[in-house]
Amino acid sequence: MSAPTDTPPSSPGGLRGNGRGRWGDPVFRWVTLLAGASVLVILGVMMGRTSWASLPVFQSEGVWGFLTGDLWSTGQSRSEVTGDYGALPFIYGTIKVSIIAIVIAVPMAVAIALFINEVAPAWLRKPLAYLTDTLAMVPSIVIAIVAVFWFIPNVTDPIARFLVDTPLGWLPLFEGPAQRLSYWSAGLMLSIMILPIITAVTRETFAKTPADEKNAAYAMGATRWEVMRGVILPRGFPGLVGGTMLGVGRALGETIVVAFTVGSSQRMDSSVFFGGDTITAVIFNTYATASPEAIWGLLALGVTLFVMTTIVNVLARLIVMRSGRVAGDAAV
Amino acid sequence: MTTDTITAPESPAGGEPPRSVHEPEANARRRRRKSQLVSAVLLGAMALAAAPLVIILWQVTVQAADALGPTLGGIWSFLTEVEPLSYRERGGGYAHGIFGTLYMTGLAAVMSIPLGIAAAIYLVDQGRGLFAKTVRLFTDVMTGVPSIFVGLAVYAILVTGLRFGTFVGAVALSIIMLPIIVRTAEEMLHLVPPDLRAASAGLGARQWQTTFKVVLPAAGPGLITGSMLAVARAAGETAPLILTAFGARTIVTAFQGGNGQADVGILMTDGMSQPFEEGIERAWAGGLMLVVIVLSLTVIARLINQRSQIDT
Repeated sequence: MSAPTDTPPSSPGGLRGNGRGRWGDPVFRWVTLLAGASVLVILGVMMGRTSWASLPVFQSEGVWGFLTGDLWSTGQSRSEVTGDYGALPFIYGTIKVSIIAIVIAVPMAVAIALFINEVAPAWLRKPLAYLTDTLAMVPSIVIAIVAVFWFIPNVTDPIARFLVDTPLGWLPLFEGPAQRLSYWSAGLMLSIMILPIITAVTRETFAKTPADEKNAAYAMGATRWEVMRGVILPRGFPGLVGGTMLGVGRALGETIVVAFTVGSSQRMDSSVFFGGDTITAVIFNTYATASPEAIWGLLALGVTLFVMTTIVNVLARLIVMRSGRVAGDAAV
Repeated sequence: MTTDTITAPESPAGGEPPRSVHEPEANARRRRRKSQLVSAVLLGAMALAAAPLVIILWQVTVQAADALGPTLGGIWSFLTEVEPLSYRERGGGYAHGIFGTLYMTGLAAVMSIPLGIAAAIYLVDQGRGLFAKTVRLFTDVMTGVPSIFVGLAVYAILVTGLRFGTFVGAVALSIIMLPIIVRTAEEMLHLVPPDLRAASAGLGARQWQTTFKVVLPAAGPGLITGSMLAVARAAGETAPLILTAFGARTIVTAFQGGNGQADVGILMTDGMSQPFEEGIERAWAGGLMLVVIVLSLTVIARLINQRSQIDT
């Protein structure tokens, strides 16, 4: 493009501006602004389109009826809603499995974070942090195949059988018989998958404890454990809460491992050793053979899941943002 | 002297009063021992947490090696052959799945890396005020959106018109990659020293010139790292592809054929659900493939980032 006449010819080095550059900045600014806005647009379109597509189901069941109904019996229609769509068993299972995962993962995450930050020698800290982050990068389908062929027969099933036979087995929570595919199996596998993200967030907030405060406590004669309990844990508590909620968000949405291990049963019993189902598992397992009408039902489940995870994630991010951004791979 | 200060004034309601003159000594010893015990417990927790990773890698390697040896006819045929028509047949491989995974992941990378980096430039250079805050928050929130929901949404938006296939699958993957790229890129761009920007501006460069000729090259290794981590994450995804790529039994080169695209994860899902040993063995071999792809990308990304050393 030829330069407009009113600009002088380029000086040596070519750094003088010319007419071509005049539009450069505004265009550049608009392009990047649109790119930034695209994130919101994509989220909005995804939410809008799925809500719109699942509208027939919400209309026929009512939002409340959909959330609290406990019968899921899909119809075969192509144009109208003929079946019953009650999401409660799946919501129940999703929450139950997530609770199991959180109860196992949070204490572990705190322990690992404290170990890496306070106990491990300095040269080992980075490798150990990478080690926990790496677990987050293993594809779910790989964890699923190892879960089905190794963890369930060798870990979750023996533990379940053992617990059922102990006096604890009398509790409704640990009632037998222990099924192989159960809330428990799914929850334990999930705890492995959400451990990295909780650890990453917790570790970084623990690391932000002011060194002066720790040193002051040591100078008063506190032992390492007393420093952890008295200084680091109270300081890092908001980060722990935020990290836990991020873990909850991840647990609610994890699909493949849960789909293979939770057992696909719509029975809502108190025991953790019975088979169940989650929102993600029912979408994953029934999608391929679903009728058009059933797909609307699955979309409605998806919208429910999206709303649940988004609420949890927004709260978690607001909490975590207060204590600064987190850089671990697992937290991405 | 100092021994008194440890116990006497500091013990409130719950603490035991000193029982003898030697008590402070014994108390300190007890506290030290407790601290050591806790350290040991923490070490145990670390070991327990590392165990799943070790077990997963060990199982995948061993099982895949068993399968690749006699039954599947070695790595080469696994990489170059297509699965036999019946899951019960021996041999064959995941060539179609590997091709499909690379095709869709590559396409997704082409779509989301420029967009993601542009969004990060917006957040770093211009993003002020409520709108930028909202974008930043929802980028973070987007990293937590369940991948199956992304699959459902892309299904509802695109599959109803275009049917299943490569492009639709790639769109789903790119939506999963996008927030990861924005987030890591933003962090890397923040690390570029402000002096560099100031120097460029001082020479009279326009903003876009500063960005393209100074900031992006300086942040280059970090941007590559973030993009590679996002690609690695997408390469391992299966759930959204079930709803968008759907799977295929042959190598599909079509950009958007309408009949689906194969993917290693989908093939593994099929294979491990079969009651036949042969299908399960191919699934193990596919799992090893995915682990090698994903973890090597991750490790390379970290090495690049360490080399660059702009990070603190």
